Amino acid sequence: MEYGFTTAAYVVSAVLFILSLGGLSGQESAKRAVWYGITGMALAVAATLIGPGSGLWYLSMIMIVGGGYIGYQLATKVQMTQMPELVAAMHSLVGLAAVFVGFIAHVELGSVLAMDDAVKKALEGFAALLAKKDGVEIAILRVELFLGIFIGAITFTGSIIAYGKLAGRVDSAATKLPGGHMLNAGAASLSLITLIWYFNTGEFFPLFLMTLAALFIGYHLIMGIGGADMPVVVSMLNSYSGWAAAAIGFSLGNDLMIVVGALVGSSGAILSYIMCKAMNRSFVSVILGGFGGPAGEQMAVEGEQIAIEAEGVAMALNEADSVVIIPGYGMAVAQAQSGVAELVRKLRAQGKYVRFAIHPVAGRLPGHMNVLLAEAKVPYDIVMEMDEINDDFPETDVAIVIGSNDIVNPAAQDDPNSPIAGMPVLECWKAKQVFVSKRGQGTGYSGIENPLFFKENTRMFYGDAKASLDKLLPMID
Amino acid sequence: MKIGTPKEMFEGERRVAMTPESAAQLQKLGHDCLIETGAGAEAGFSDADYSAAGVEITKTAASLWKTADVVAKVRAPEEAEVKRLRNGQTLISFINPAANDKLLKSAAKKGSTVVAMDMVPRISRAQKMDALSSMANIAGYRAVIEAGNNFGRFFTGQITAAGKVPPAKVLVVGAGVAGLAAVGTSTSLGAITYAFDVRPEVAEQIESMGAEFVFLDFEEEQADGAATGGYAAVSSPEFREAQLAKFRELAPDIDIVITTALIPNRDAPELWTEDMVAAMKPGSVIVDLAAEKGGNCKLTVMDEKVVTENGVTIIGFTDFPSRMAAQASTLYSTNIRHMMTDLTPKKDGVIDHNMEDDVIRGATVTHSKAITFPPPPPKIAAIAAAPKKEAVPEPTAKEKRAAEVAAFKAQTRNQVTLLVVGGAALLAVGLVAPASFMQHFIVFVLAVFIGFQVIWGVAHSLHTPLMAVTNAISSIIILGALMQIGSGSFLVILLAAFGVFMTGINIFGGFLVTRRMLAMFQKS
Repeated sequence: MEYGFTTAAYVVSAVLFILSLGGLSGQESAKRAVWYGITGMALAVAATLIGPGSGLWYLSMIMIVGGGYIGYQLATKVQMTQMPELVAAMHSLVGLAAVFVGFIAHVELGSVLAMDDAVKKALEGFAALLAKKDGVEIAILRVELFLGIFIGAITFTGSIIAYGKLAGRVDSAATKLPGGHMLNAGAASLSLITLIWYFNTGEFFPLFLMTLAALFIGYHLIMGIGGADMPVVVSMLNSYSGWAAAAIGFSLGNDLMIVVGALVGSSGAILSYIMCKAMNRSFVSVILGGFGGPAGEQMAVEGEQIAIEAEGVAMALNEADSVVIIPGYGMAVAQAQSGVAELVRKLRAQGKYVRFAIHPVAGRLPGHMNVLLAEAKVPYDIVMEMDEINDDFPETDVAIVIGSNDIVNPAAQDDPNSPIAGMPVLECWKAKQVFVSKRGQGTGYSGIENPLFFKENTRMFYGDAKASLDKLLPMID
Repeated sequence: MKIGTPKEMFEGERRVAMTPESAAQLQKLGHDCLIETGAGAEAGFSDADYSAAGVEITKTAASLWKTADVVAKVRAPEEAEVKRLRNGQTLISFINPAANDKLLKSAAKKGSTVVAMDMVPRISRAQKMDALSSMANIAGYRAVIEAGNNFGRFFTGQITAAGKVPPAKVLVVGAGVAGLAAVGTSTSLGAITYAFDVRPEVAEQIESMGAEFVFLDFEEEQADGAATGGYAAVSSPEFREAQLAKFRELAPDIDIVITTALIPNRDAPELWTEDMVAAMKPGSVIVDLAAEKGGNCKLTVMDEKVVTENGVTIIGFTDFPSRMAAQASTLYSTNIRHMMTDLTPKKDGVIDHNMEDDVIRGATVTHSKAITFPPPPPKIAAIAAAPKKEAVPEPTAKEKRAAEVAAFKAQTRNQVTLLVVGGAALLAVGLVAPASFMQHFIVFVLAVFIGFQVIWGVAHSLHTPLMAVTNAISSIIILGALMQIGSGSFLVILLAAFGVFMTGINIFGGFLVTRRMLAMFQKS
């Protein structure tokens, strides 16, 4: 049975999804774009329920409503600082769903192939589609299935580990089992062998073996990546969840799934690329984990970190005309975004020129800082990207660094032997005065000493970011 | 500990080493403060101000010297004051130890500790107590003001209804702290300012202050200041000749010359010769900040203002900081206070004279009955030697154009290669794969292509919503589960139901959280 209506609905859905992603190019159009996405999804699900998915539709509805309820609860309760965890957790669901759907397809394929021709003709839906396939097509189907499950399984365990690291339930330091990448390589080659095995026999066992190997790869790969590389990891997993959907779409012969999977996959890939570029590291080196050893002796840092109290910061802020604030993961950890926003409101009320400078990899998720600031009601037109604001630092009176470290490290430019040499950084040290809000002396995630803290125009404002801001706020008038 | 400040005995000295403000800070360190009556009067601080800050007023200098454990002063002590020094007492002031052997000897004999504010080493950590810099800063500022006072024209150029006024041209020789302060003051008054220094590394500082660095066309490598603690060294005769030739060339044009060139422990070098003075226009002014060491100009008379035959005023005052006593006292007393902070590390009013500390060791000239001058070199180098930078030549228009063309060509080549390789790969797949697969494959490739085109346009600030929304729509996998849920065994139903359930969470969760985030983005 053909479903003309369903196909038509799929086309409309696909267009809506594309518009939905394209609309994210601006804050205002994005508000409309999300409705395109919702409509597209509703249309796709409805069309499927009416058409090829009409079997047991009441069970489907119950499951959708049940899932929807939990999703609603999650989405309304989650703190904006927990967005990275939520996104990672949701990726794991997509991954697991892909694995399930892949297995189902395998079971179906098996049962259909076992039937004789007479029964085959009576089949409906997916099974009917399967029944029409000839030998080569079945072989291709197996590869698609295999890939869908493989990517889905990696996404599943990888996202769970990423979730654990972001939520602080798993140690965020990079840890590897003894054997390191050899284990990954071993698991990958095992998967390749099982692919050939499955391709030839179509048995369940190799598929199962591959799933275990893929689950292990996902786990071990992400365990070996440290906390600050999470933006890349999360966007990579995002990409994988898309490719998994596309692979499953191939095996089910569903064009909408292929289109959406490809859209999501390329979106995640681009995000990963942008993040890697912002750290001046290759994608492979991030995924393989850890910073490469320094090429030579790093420059010794001379001088002293000079501390300052809230009074001093307040005085400088009250006198400044232009202020740039550079938030980092520390601000998210301390939940200091509303304090920062309050500070900005007060400063702007005095007619000062206040802006934010956001490094692409600040935080643990692409765009993490923007969301936090938006939550605290900071207008988005004063939140600038690195390239927009880097040239303005020499004319800036005060730069405030809140909980960021490597992204404001001048060693990236000055010291060719630094592990982060060449990484684009915010040149806040060119401002007349720099204040760094930081919990204590110590190096950043990468363990690199930051010469910024020793500069003559830098003062260290020690303490928890939120507590420091609470102390500072009453003194701004 | 009791910290006391007597009235300065030196004729014409108006500064004072303790202000009510610094006294309040010293009391926070656990010290008691004393001051001789009238000590701050000339700097604008009355006895009542001091009393209000909790400072005890003593009637005579003699009783102050008797009670105070630490005496903080500005000028090096006079003979009468040296006599009052006693065992265990600490004196903090300018000392000029290299020329004050007698003072050091008698202080050491008495067993008093003398801390010379002019010996504070020039390292970053000690900047807050670098009194020489804070006084030099004032001197540089005041030098311009004095020059303006004796100069008959505006600094800034103006076009008025009554005619055009040319801007004054100011040359600052020696870009130390005083020189830079003079440059800053002069440029902000609107004069066209030139500055010269033998240390090439200060060119950048000079330019950052808005003045023009006077370049010498001279090949010899100059020792940069890093080797000598940031101070200038003696230059070679050839270099000196080139420098004087340059000045001679400039002299007829310059209205105001401010010379600040000093070399540690030597007479000031002669930089502005008599013939240059003669070449200057009548009404021009020279301020010689090196007057105390003989002057950078031979015609300078220390502590006096002279006018030459051709009408050039030469100012040789040495008391610029004292002429701005209120400002100078505030800065100097803060330097002293920082020194006391380092001497009282526990903030309990007990002085711990730690001779292991680079800064304290460097500034201390007598301690425990011994003369401790000159100090060993500090463990930390004063200023990191600037790495030699290679000048990158500005690309010409032609080179820029060539680079653009090359970039365009490279891009085209890239794109064409990608297209060819991609097309070939597609064709190769099409040769082996069945038509039904190719149908889907084309859709896939086009979707990837659209994805890449669309996603590049997404604003960076919306990356998190992008991830949330792609997350929601990647749950399109729900279609797969929905299609199969009704067509199989119990196992299939179970797995499919779970799949639908999980993707359901994702769809609702993903879209809702995206909406929540986007609603937060507001324009100001």
